[in-house]
Amino acid sequence: MELHKLRRVYIEFAEIVFRDGFLDNQYTQLQQLQDESEPKFVLQVGTLFLEDSEKLLNELRSILDQQDVDFEKLDAFVRKLTGSSASIGAKRVKDVCMTFHDCCKKGSKEGCRKCLQQLAAEYRLVKRKLETLFKLETQILAAGGSVPLLSQ
Amino acid sequence: MSRRRVSFSDGKQCKGGRRWSNPLVVLFVLCCVGCSICLLWGLEVYGILERKVRVRALGDEREKTLLDQYNLSKDRVQALALLISSLNQIGFYFISNLRYFLLLQGRFYECMSKSVADERLGSSLLQALREHHPEIDQSQDQQHWVSNKSLFYDQCPIQTDCMLVRSAQSSPRNEHMPDFIPQNIIPFTTNNDVICFKVCSGRENMSHEKVSVEIMQETHQFFPEPLLNILYLVIVEMVVFSMGFALGIFFKSSCQQFQQQKHYKPQNSKGRGKWSKKFLFLGVLLGLLVAVWIFLSMKADITERRKETLVNMCDERARMLQDQFNVSMNHVHALAILVSTFHHGKQPSAIDQKTFAEFTARTAFERPLMSGVAYALRVLHREREEFEKQHGWKIKKMKTEYQCLVKDDYNPEKLDPSPVQDEYAPVIFSQETVSHIVSIDMMSGKEDRENILRARANGKGVLTSPFNLLKSNHLGVVLTFAVYNTNLPANATPKERIEATVGYLGASFDVPSLVEKLLHQLASKHTIVVNLYDTTNVSAPIRMYGPDLASASEMHISNVDFGDPTHKHEMHCRFKHKPPPPWSAITTSLGVAVIVLLVGHIFHAALDRIEEVEDDYRQMRELKVRAEAADVAKSQFLATVSHEIRTPMNGVLGMLRMLMDTDLDATQEDFAMTAQSSGKALIALINEVLDQAKIESGRLELEAVPFDLRDILDNVLFLFSDKPQAKGIEMAVCVSQQVPDILIGDPGRFRQIITNLVGNSVKFTREGHIYVSVHLVEDAKSVKVGQCETLSGFHVVDKRKIWENFSMVKYSNEANDAVSLMVTVEDTGVGIPQDAQIRIFTPFMQADSSTSRTYGGTGLGLSISKCLVELMGGEIGFISKPGIGSTFSFTAVFRDRCKSSDDIKRHHSDPALSDFQGMRALVTDGRSIRAESTAYHLKRLGIHVHIAIDQDSAINTILDVCSNSGKERLDMVLVDKDAWGGGSGISFPRLLLERRKNGAVVHQESLPKMFLVATFLSPTEVHDLKSAGYVDSILKPLRLSMIAACIRKALGVGSKRQQLKGQPMALHKLLIGKNVLVVDDNAVNRKVAACALKKFGATVTCAHSGKEAIRMLQPPHNFDACFMDVQMPEMDGFEATRQIRLMEDRAKELINSGDASLEMYGNIAHWHVPILAMTADIIQATHEECLRCGMDDYVLKPFEEQQLYSAVARFFEFDVVDGVS
Repeated sequence: MELHKLRRVYIEFAEIVFRDGFLDNQYTQLQQLQDESEPKFVLQVGTLFLEDSEKLLNELRSILDQQDVDFEKLDAFVRKLTGSSASIGAKRVKDVCMTFHDCCKKGSKEGCRKCLQQLAAEYRLVKRKLETLFKLETQILAAGGSVPLLSQ
Repeated sequence: MSRRRVSFSDGKQCKGGRRWSNPLVVLFVLCCVGCSICLLWGLEVYGILERKVRVRALGDEREKTLLDQYNLSKDRVQALALLISSLNQIGFYFISNLRYFLLLQGRFYECMSKSVADERLGSSLLQALREHHPEIDQSQDQQHWVSNKSLFYDQCPIQTDCMLVRSAQSSPRNEHMPDFIPQNIIPFTTNNDVICFKVCSGRENMSHEKVSVEIMQETHQFFPEPLLNILYLVIVEMVVFSMGFALGIFFKSSCQQFQQQKHYKPQNSKGRGKWSKKFLFLGVLLGLLVAVWIFLSMKADITERRKETLVNMCDERARMLQDQFNVSMNHVHALAILVSTFHHGKQPSAIDQKTFAEFTARTAFERPLMSGVAYALRVLHREREEFEKQHGWKIKKMKTEYQCLVKDDYNPEKLDPSPVQDEYAPVIFSQETVSHIVSIDMMSGKEDRENILRARANGKGVLTSPFNLLKSNHLGVVLTFAVYNTNLPANATPKERIEATVGYLGASFDVPSLVEKLLHQLASKHTIVVNLYDTTNVSAPIRMYGPDLASASEMHISNVDFGDPTHKHEMHCRFKHKPPPPWSAITTSLGVAVIVLLVGHIFHAALDRIEEVEDDYRQMRELKVRAEAADVAKSQFLATVSHEIRTPMNGVLGMLRMLMDTDLDATQEDFAMTAQSSGKALIALINEVLDQAKIESGRLELEAVPFDLRDILDNVLFLFSDKPQAKGIEMAVCVSQQVPDILIGDPGRFRQIITNLVGNSVKFTREGHIYVSVHLVEDAKSVKVGQCETLSGFHVVDKRKIWENFSMVKYSNEANDAVSLMVTVEDTGVGIPQDAQIRIFTPFMQADSSTSRTYGGTGLGLSISKCLVELMGGEIGFISKPGIGSTFSFTAVFRDRCKSSDDIKRHHSDPALSDFQGMRALVTDGRSIRAESTAYHLKRLGIHVHIAIDQDSAINTILDVCSNSGKERLDMVLVDKDAWGGGSGISFPRLLLERRKNGAVVHQESLPKMFLVATFLSPTEVHDLKSAGYVDSILKPLRLSMIAACIRKALGVGSKRQQLKGQPMALHKLLIGKNVLVVDDNAVNRKVAACALKKFGATVTCAHSGKEAIRMLQPPHNFDACFMDVQMPEMDGFEATRQIRLMEDRAKELINSGDASLEMYGNIAHWHVPILAMTADIIQATHEECLRCGMDDYVLKPFEEQQLYSAVARFFEFDVVDGVS
């Protein structure tokens, strides 16, 4: 695809992602942090987030699978996930994490299960979005253009 | 539709009909009023005439009476003269003559004054009588008198009398005269002729005057009565009508109000109609009653007047008859006295049969009602013989019972002599007409005997009952007077009277001829029938005169007094003809009735019409309400349906998006994308329909939030840039500098309008340009008139023509903070066909049906745009020419954020903008308008822009600046790709270089960076760009962010100084060169925080746990600050901080105690590294908590510049100051 078309698709896609609340302003700030010194900063952070989250989700699952749920431990992991999702601007993940956190405080196992399911779903969604964005960014960079700045 | 139209036209007709009926009604009423006035007037005139005639008749009658009375008196004077002349030779005493004359004079005077003539007449007569006295002395006046006489003879009979008397009294024994002539009359004597004239003319005049006065009075009486009555009634009628009508209308209006308040109540209006009709009916009924009343009252009036007339006429006749009779009687009385005086008072008697007959015959005119008079002498039985002897005939007995004016063959000689009686009354003198009764004993007749006895007992004239007179066979009465030998006193007893009686004077009255004669003298004798009755015997009145017909018509009875108290007479008058129908009353009442009915009809028709119209109106209102309800229902339905469609459609789109996120091969992705774009189109359509529905149902409300208009324009243009870029269509936007940065309004709707217009332009434009410009309305007026240059060089339509239709352009008087914008979207598309231009803003209408096939779209966009523009308080218009293009223009009113004080919140603006503050740029472009557009974007970045139109001036400017570098700087040059013709811009740097080589003074570094602005660049062009001397290319449509990014990249501003402005700049200063430790177990957070801090110039070291942080912060260390996550596994931020503080305290103690040298701790005695907590949760990390465990402050994750700065500033500013000091 031609560069301008790539950029268009990228912008359009990003608009949808932002509009649907998968990502928020934080992501654009990350983008602004990215410059020539760290041209793949967002990509790195994103990848890090995805990997990290994957692990955290597994942890959460394993904890919830246990007979006696250690809610404090669970909460700690949820917090971690909350922090990282907030950093990258994965808004919907963060929102679910907040609910999760409340459930942990209440000690509702059922609530936690539901939250975990939601979290997993949201994670999958945001993962796709991020991957698509990264794919487009890579393509744009490969085509010799610069990643358009997203304004939100 | 057709039905509606029909009903509409009906309504119109109704209206028209009503409009016409009003003047008609007025005209009709006026006609009616005029007619009635005419009628009344006519009536009045008629009545007056009638009156006049009657009055005149009355007047004539009176005049006549007067004349008669006068003539009578005149006759009497004449008679006196006669008497004097006949007695003269016997040597009569003039004194007695005069006494008698005086008596007559008094009588005459009385008579005159009785019959209206004033005393002047009498006195003038005296005057005249007196006149002869001086005349004798002054005989020279004789001629004068004669002339007077001849002059006034015709007119003034008194004159004649005077003359007669004068000639008769020409004897010189006049010396007694002055004794009884009143002195007060003397002044008149000198001017006798004038007085005579006065008398005559005065009399004439007087009677006329009197008549006229009478008329006047009667008119006055007549006028106010019926006429005013009728007028009042008509007025009352009108008032009743109008009150009824007004009441009806009042009911109507109140009902209407009621209706408006409470919707309809059909029975209400019907009831109202009934009520007003009832009122109308009542009014008509009342009017008819009034008409009947008028008829009755007028008829009564007429009858009354008739009766009055009858009474007047009857009384008049009765009085006249009475007067005449009395006159005759008086004369007989006078005759009696004459006989007494001259026959019995003289020895020997001065009167014999011959004298008597002559005198009576000659004075017969004085007794017009008497057929004859006779004198009978009272002869006692003992004197009979002597009497018979003396006269030479026997006293004879009356043959019949009745008084006899005997037939021709009647022979008194054949009569038997009277039988022996106590006394006799033989006739000795008689008038010629009754000479046959001489020697007949009057006492022998029964009636006569009674009469004689009564007459001598009371000394007055006595009448018999009516009986048939023999000769004429007429009814008649006999009047008898007693003649006494002595002058008896007035209170003499009957006995004295009887003894004094010497004879009897009798006179017979012929009643029918008397009355006949009298009536003949009077006018209008034919109108009434007069009957005269003797009613002495009440039960059986004797008819004396008049036809014997007992008609049922009304009758008036007048008493007639003939001077005899024992006999009573009555006059009965009745009209000959039956009263004529009261035409005036009939016509008046009929007229009133007709008017009433007509007016009633008019009102009825009006009420009917009003009712009809109201019914129509009600129907129409009902229809209107129904139609409106249907319209609202439709809009609501649309809105609902649209909304319902949108929800599942969002699901479909969401799923498609998710599908696209999965791993798809190229074909699948293509399919998915197609499906998604179709879905999007559908959603867009539904949104439009929804908007339309919302607008129609009035539920669309505009937001009022701050927004950046320029941003929106950038975005919209960018959204549509795809296709134009491929086609090579120029797209540009230019916003006037006067337009404020931040406006308050509805950005979404504004965007929608712009999107619609630009979308249309993009759709219909194949080549040329699309140009969006925004001005203040006030400025738009002053746009350069001669601006014929366009963005792409294609012709465009003249947009100023659109503005002519805008009212806002003409009257732009807005509120203080209102900003009226004029937005123009100009394209060089296919244009709109002329015939389609009128329906361009109609929903679902496109220029023509083929348009939707060719270009797609619903045709709702413009209609919605129009509604939105109107909601924004503006207008939209366009001008288009097929083949040339279209220009749409609209105005909208927003508020200026800066001017409205209620919203101070600073709008988020791009932080990158301040980077370019103060930079200088040169824009070179062959087309100034395109250059303006480019310059507009640069200006937004705060860059000073020069524009160079032609190549040479551009090169010169660049070279000038370069040669004296330092003085003036030029940071960048923007060259349009098509600046001087297709692709000519690309070679511009080469030209510049060539020129520079010639000059050979300018350094490569001092040359400004060159940017190529292009609509479209082929890959090869992109490739060749660098070699051509350009730093970068900027693709049109230009966007602020894109230009900023490009420039930033090219000039390297962004790498070092990005996000530096204001506080970030300060932050940068604070953090630069600092060693910062970031402690976070979360890799993502750590990396982000590290990167952010790095941006601000800090050197960042990371630690992934609290323990590691403690280890690293073991003094001595070279960290200036530590950002620590609060929530960490194993050891959280608070605990770690506590540990670190403990370590620092320990180090301090060691230094203070001297256990450790200062050098060991890097020459710092007081170790206290600022530790800032990083937290995402502001509730947990309260300030107190942080302070309690030794932290200095906290920052929120993710970092916000503002907060970060405020937190960091506390420490590093102090440090900076410290370091300096």
